[in-house]
Amino acid sequence: MNLKKTITIPDFTKSPSVDQVGIIERSSRFQTRSIKNESKIQALKMVLNMIDLTTLEGKDTVGKVNQMCYKALHLHDDYPGLPTVAAVCVYPSMVAIAKEAVKGSGVKVASVSTAFPSGQAPFSTKIDDTKYALDQGADEIDMVISRGKYHQGEYNFVFDEIAKIKELCGAQARLKVILETGEIGTLDDVRRASDIAIYAGADFIKTSTGKIGSAASIPVTLTMLYAIKDYFIKTGIMVGMKPAGGISTSKLAIHYLVMVKEILGEAWLSNEWFRFGASSLANDVLLQLEKQRTGVYQSKDYISID
Amino acid sequence: MSERISVLKTYKIYIGGSFPRTESGRFYTPTNSKGKSLGNICLSSRKDFRNAVVAARKAFGDWSERTAYNRSQILYRMAEVLEGRKEQFIAELILQDSSAKQAEKEVTVAIDRLVYFAGWCDKYQQIFSSVNPVASSHFNFSAIEPSGVVAIVANQTYSLLGLVSYMAPIIAGGNTCVILASENKPLCSISFAEVLNSSDLPGGVVNILTGKRSELLNQMASHMDVNAMCYANHNWEELIQLKEGAVENLKRIKSYNYELLSSEIENPYLINDFQEVKTTWHPIEVIGAAKASY
Amino acid sequence: MDMSKKKIETKNISWEYAAAPESSSHIQLKEKYDHFINGKFEKPSSGKYFDAINPATEKKIASVAEGSKKDIDKAVKAARNAYDSVWSVMPASERAKYLFRIARLIQEKAREFAVIESLDGGKPIRESRDIDIPLAAAHFFYYAGWADKLDYAFPNRKPKSIGVAGQIIPWNFPLLMAAWKIAPALACGNTVVLKPAETTSLTALKLAELIQESGLPEGVVNIVTGDGKVGAEIVGHEGIDKIAFTGSTDVGKLIQKTIAQTEKKVTLELGGKAANIVFEDAPIDQAIEGIVNGIYFNQGHVCCAGSRLFVQESIKDIFIKKLQDRIETLIVGDPMDKNTDVGAINSKNQWETIQGYIELGVKEGLDIFQSSCSLPKSGYFIKPTVFTGVAQSSKLAKEEIFGPVLAVQTFRTVDEVIEKANNTPYGLSAGVWTDKGSKIFNLTSRLRAGVVWANTYNKFDPTSPFGGYKESGFGREGGLHGLSAYLKFD
Repeated sequence: MNLKKTITIPDFTKSPSVDQVGIIERSSRFQTRSIKNESKIQALKMVLNMIDLTTLEGKDTVGKVNQMCYKALHLHDDYPGLPTVAAVCVYPSMVAIAKEAVKGSGVKVASVSTAFPSGQAPFSTKIDDTKYALDQGADEIDMVISRGKYHQGEYNFVFDEIAKIKELCGAQARLKVILETGEIGTLDDVRRASDIAIYAGADFIKTSTGKIGSAASIPVTLTMLYAIKDYFIKTGIMVGMKPAGGISTSKLAIHYLVMVKEILGEAWLSNEWFRFGASSLANDVLLQLEKQRTGVYQSKDYISID
Repeated sequence: MSERISVLKTYKIYIGGSFPRTESGRFYTPTNSKGKSLGNICLSSRKDFRNAVVAARKAFGDWSERTAYNRSQILYRMAEVLEGRKEQFIAELILQDSSAKQAEKEVTVAIDRLVYFAGWCDKYQQIFSSVNPVASSHFNFSAIEPSGVVAIVANQTYSLLGLVSYMAPIIAGGNTCVILASENKPLCSISFAEVLNSSDLPGGVVNILTGKRSELLNQMASHMDVNAMCYANHNWEELIQLKEGAVENLKRIKSYNYELLSSEIENPYLINDFQEVKTTWHPIEVIGAAKASY
Repeated sequence: MDMSKKKIETKNISWEYAAAPESSSHIQLKEKYDHFINGKFEKPSSGKYFDAINPATEKKIASVAEGSKKDIDKAVKAARNAYDSVWSVMPASERAKYLFRIARLIQEKAREFAVIESLDGGKPIRESRDIDIPLAAAHFFYYAGWADKLDYAFPNRKPKSIGVAGQIIPWNFPLLMAAWKIAPALACGNTVVLKPAETTSLTALKLAELIQESGLPEGVVNIVTGDGKVGAEIVGHEGIDKIAFTGSTDVGKLIQKTIAQTEKKVTLELGGKAANIVFEDAPIDQAIEGIVNGIYFNQGHVCCAGSRLFVQESIKDIFIKKLQDRIETLIVGDPMDKNTDVGAINSKNQWETIQGYIELGVKEGLDIFQSSCSLPKSGYFIKPTVFTGVAQSSKLAKEEIFGPVLAVQTFRTVDEVIEKANNTPYGLSAGVWTDKGSKIFNLTSRLRAGVVWANTYNKFDPTSPFGGYKESGFGREGGLHGLSAYLKFD
């Protein structure tokens, strides 16, 4: 793989079109896959290891972040050999706290940035926001794109912002680019925004902030996976995917894995290339794992919330 | 002073908008019931039929893609021209054993029938098409399209009406055709070709042959580039022959036994008999549909 | 632009789906099945039975009665009697209620039907469960409602039933084809003698049990099993007024010839060699799904299969690459596994036919691509196959293979592809993939085919008329248009 090779930036007005009904049909096929027994256990453990455990609230405190970080490292100690989650995801102001709490565990600290969640701030502010998070030690930056500019047709502006933030991340942090697909519109737009983000240098593309009603869905994620696949075919470069928000059950999470396996291949089935942005998914997975282990349906009372 | 010598008509066949003699050079001489010769009529060969099919196939694309409004006007124009030449057809029919009253009736019915089917050209589609309420997010509709080239064995009893009554619905529906005229009463068919030729009808849409059924029926039924056949007589043996011959390319064969002077033949189902149903599917994007409440 | 993305070592992960077999413990299958005549199961007059084989295991699952002229005579007599004395004189609204009842019973027993369909025919349980059986029920439900509304379908025409219909159906969609035939025939007031294909008789016989349970008057539906000879007895039988056949074009022609000397009405739904056309501006990933669904659905045993792919030359390389990647993800194998995408070839015979075409393609020097999947050790399986660089004149592009074999050709202009697509004696179906509306309508109106799917493929619905142009047959099944096959008019 020659990383230095020159890549032509396509004309984003000509991004491939997407047929929504076709996408939904394909999506429903992943959901008819029946994942049983050892495949299911393997999948559930993979899911845990792909979670970006997230708290992004105005009321976040040092105490809350510390609790969440502890949970990230000790999902359910009653079940031996469980993996940790992939990362914890917090606001820039909490990066240092989280960093300290997960030190030495391998769990990454991701920080949202660029005036998350709306992105409605001067570019200089977005740069400061990102620099701060990086200075605090963030391993990953989850930026939002300027949806307003996107809808004004200013694709170059959106592209340049991403490219600049990517430059700031340098070798320190991997960049996740949040499209906020619920605000982007049709699947054609999701595809175009994915292309812009990927060509501008995103290491991951991510569906949503979790701050508006419409969050990740299988059809939206599938559309983004196709963009990743096309880019890989063209350049040989892998880009990661992070659906965020709305994925709270194990069954649904497993169907996401089925989709990733069948569209991109098993190379993407690790937390280097696939993440779930979720807060309540982990506990549902734990319930399922316990069910598989004990053969008995479980109660939430036996799994700690934080 | 000697009496003027009248100019006799040479009856030729009608292929691709021109009036050639049969390539075979043969003729036959049908007579009326009094034994009077109707003239030397072309005895069309299988090659003539082949040439006529080539002409019909060539004309099909243009004719089927014309606007229905245009086809309608051309059929109406035929009626106009026929009206103007009424006397000629009446004379020919009388020569072919009709009484004056019968002849008059046959010609006027033929004119009215052309007007009737002219009016259907831009309407039958709405009668026979449908939008189908499929149980998925697709727009699905069935529309009808002309079958293609239709071979017509005209009714033997009515020299004019036996041809016009079947030609009209078939070309109104966008098909092109090759017609084998009444064997014993062929005169009106060629005169009618002259009407067609001055009615803005593109050459090749209607081709008319005279000759013997015994020579041509097999060829008509088995020709691989003929899509459908219209048999307008009541002869069981002949119909079987056609049905057997039609097997190789699965030609659609329709046979009729209408009383042509009555109006029972005047219905759009006759047009529909020479149409194919095409069903088209396309997805409907469903974004926001659930929330729409208009 | 310099793309200095952080290089990440990828772990070597392998995640396979464990077997997810559909249970067959709840199904009730007899060891031996007799003909269904006059509301009862009757032993074949020959006393002979043949084996119903599971094509995925090559094991026998039941014995099925072998029909003969005597059996057909009995069945026709029963059908005639039922027609004269009961069915044609019953109020149409009552006929409707029987059909609604049958639809409901199929829904209730859907799972059992699905399992037997897959056991007997080799199709993936996902398809029999999600497509065949629900559609069969929907067909009965749709036509039930027509029974007392026929006058509205044909204004000014006074539609009347025909009499006894002889119906011969193929092995690719056994129960669904039975529904396609029986439902409109009964709704229009006819009675039927139906012959299922010899390799797939079981769901038709289960339907017979269900019909018994529904209380449908005796003799309205009769089912006689056996091979083509039994079919020929139906076609030639004097007591039958109407033949409805779905199957090969060759047999269709033979039927047409046989009945030429009679006044029997006929509808034929025959073969196809559909063009599936992809333009450079198509939604590519959905087009690939459509191509895959078009040719590998039901192992390609589909008369309207999109067996000829025309791809615009400008996108050929990327399209074929993505198509191949997609084919690699198809799961081929045990039809009873819920995750199987492509099941077993229906019979040994058909397996040999398809294999013959593949060998021919290889001999012609065509580029062949086959999925790298492994096949089960027993049973009749064929890997999803693609031939590229196929010439219009090659047999692979001309003949109906009826298997999972796709022939790929390229094109440059719209006119060229329309001409090539229409350059076939068949005219059953076609597919068009482009984002441009005016181009879609140009193609959908100029393609000579009875069903055109635009930006989708292989969709079926009881309300949607289905049937072919040219040598793909005549008459339509489904929708309002499907009624006229079972009616006569003054």
